[in-house]
Amino acid sequence: MAALLEVKGLKAFYGQTQALHDVGFDIEAGGITTLLGANGAGKTTTLRAICNMVRTEGSVRFDGAEIRGRATEEVVRLSIAHIPEGRGTFTTLTVEENLRIAAYTRRDRAGIAADLDRVFSYFPRLKERVQQQAGTLSGGEQQMLAIARALMLKPRLMLLDEPSFGLAPLIVQEIFRIMRRINQEDKVSMLLVEQNAALALDLADHAYVLETGRVVMSGPSSVVKNDENVRKSYLGY
Amino acid sequence: MEQFLQQMASGLANGAIYACVALALVMIFVSTDHINFAQGEMAMFSTYLSWQLMTWGANFWVAFVAAVLLSFVLGVVIERVVLRPLHTAPVLSIVVVFIGLLAICNSVAGAIWSYLLKEFPSPFPKTDFGIPGLIGPHQLGVVVITLLVLTALFVFFRYTPLGLAMRAAAQNPQMARLVGVRVDWMLALGWGLAAAVGAVAGIMVAHIVYLDPNMMGGILLYAFASALVGGISNPGGAVAGGFIVGVLENLVAYLGSQLEKTTGVYIIGNGEKLTVALIIVIFVLTVKPAGLFGRVVVKRV
Ligand SMILES: Nc1ncnc2c1ncn2[C@@H]1O[C@H](COP(=O)(O)OP(=O)(O)OP(=O)(O)O)[C@@H](O)[C@H]1O
Ligand SMILES: [Mg+2]
Repeated sequence: MAALLEVKGLKAFYGQTQALHDVGFDIEAGGITTLLGANGAGKTTTLRAICNMVRTEGSVRFDGAEIRGRATEEVVRLSIAHIPEGRGTFTTLTVEENLRIAAYTRRDRAGIAADLDRVFSYFPRLKERVQQQAGTLSGGEQQMLAIARALMLKPRLMLLDEPSFGLAPLIVQEIFRIMRRINQEDKVSMLLVEQNAALALDLADHAYVLETGRVVMSGPSSVVKNDENVRKSYLGY
Repeated sequence: MEQFLQQMASGLANGAIYACVALALVMIFVSTDHINFAQGEMAMFSTYLSWQLMTWGANFWVAFVAAVLLSFVLGVVIERVVLRPLHTAPVLSIVVVFIGLLAICNSVAGAIWSYLLKEFPSPFPKTDFGIPGLIGPHQLGVVVITLLVLTALFVFFRYTPLGLAMRAAAQNPQMARLVGVRVDWMLALGWGLAAAVGAVAGIMVAHIVYLDPNMMGGILLYAFASALVGGISNPGGAVAGGFIVGVLENLVAYLGSQLEKTTGVYIIGNGEKLTVALIIVIFVLTVKPAGLFGRVVVKRV
């Protein structure tokens, strides 16, 4: 079976500077893949490149079709949800509006209502705060809102950029548990970028390691986890 | 007393006009960070369109609706054709484009319809409308129509998915794209709506100021002042600002005339209204730089 997302020879540029040199990886449908790497390795850029938020060259195929170069909103409409670094909620909109905006392209009212219920069952805290402005939520709640909003897009693939960033360990555990449920129950494939490599390798089935814009290592998480370089550089033992 | 109430009523009617144009300015400002200096001239052009339709025999309200719809389309087209290629252009180039747009609207209108003042009809019945001694029929009509339009816009932005998408696109375009919103089209729609609201203002005010290619010049200044007073990035504030400025200028003129009556010294009158209004604006901005209802926005760069 062909992979859900196939990235080949991907290059990305910020103006004159090249941030990705030759990135290639596959994401199997139904799986969770993680992208590890030091600060500045190009993890965020890789996610942005998939959604055409930077200038790119190379090939990105989703479900067999070439999507590189398509406008960001059109990529999203193919059911790829990108939860950016720093969460990116609409701070002046309410929690409910943040969720509804993601369903704006959908016409199935009943489906939207059902998905709202489902999202609230994952994140009861959000339900208590539907009318609150998103900007006034705590960091953890904003991350929940970002994931909840991505779910409202009914995605087949979620791109998550450091969902644990700046959150207390307990909240991180809660969020990762929910991510696993979303993966298993809603059949959403995931590409996860994480600084917390131990956590990411536990959740993911596949891992790729990026270094200065290139993939330097890849394999099943269990193998990557036990690699000596990975242990020294990213796991810290 | 009666004179005072009449002054306030006409202040409300003027304020309604300022509110519409101010709202048009704010709608474009929130999504692009630019002040469209051509907003007034676009409204003037729309007013001529309605006048033309009426001289061709259309009923006032038919001409009104048609001109507003046409303005909407023109607004969308201007954004797509003129401003789209300039999305990443420096601010100064865009200012130049706005000024060019202003000059083009003005001279095209002058060329087609001449610079002579034209009378513009009022659609409101002279009798059975308005409250005698308090507010004239046209003034009351202006207030009612603009309030209807503003309410409709409020409902649109607050309660419809498309309105929500437009707000999201204005607030955070990058993120809006990531939830599938076609941000470029939202910008164009914003231009269309701004042009349409401007058209309403132009058609409503033309009976008062007469129709000519320069009719909106002063009004744009007042509208700009209103938007600043209310908070340039707050649509509700801009509308409130419009009414505040409208009432305030007439209050100033009224007090000036009372002062003249009692002391016999002429200090402030109709001629100084704009000056006084602008002084008040400057004062407000000195005390509250973000406007009365604005929030201070700290830009992250
Ligand atoms: N907007 C930008 N303009 C210019 N260079 C950029 C820009 N964004 C990122 N870069 C550069 O691209 C490279 C990759 O950055 P990227 O943000 O993808 O790293 P990352 O792996 O996500 O790092 P981190 O773990 O710190 O988030 C870095 O060298 C960075 O300096
Ligand atoms: Mg990053």
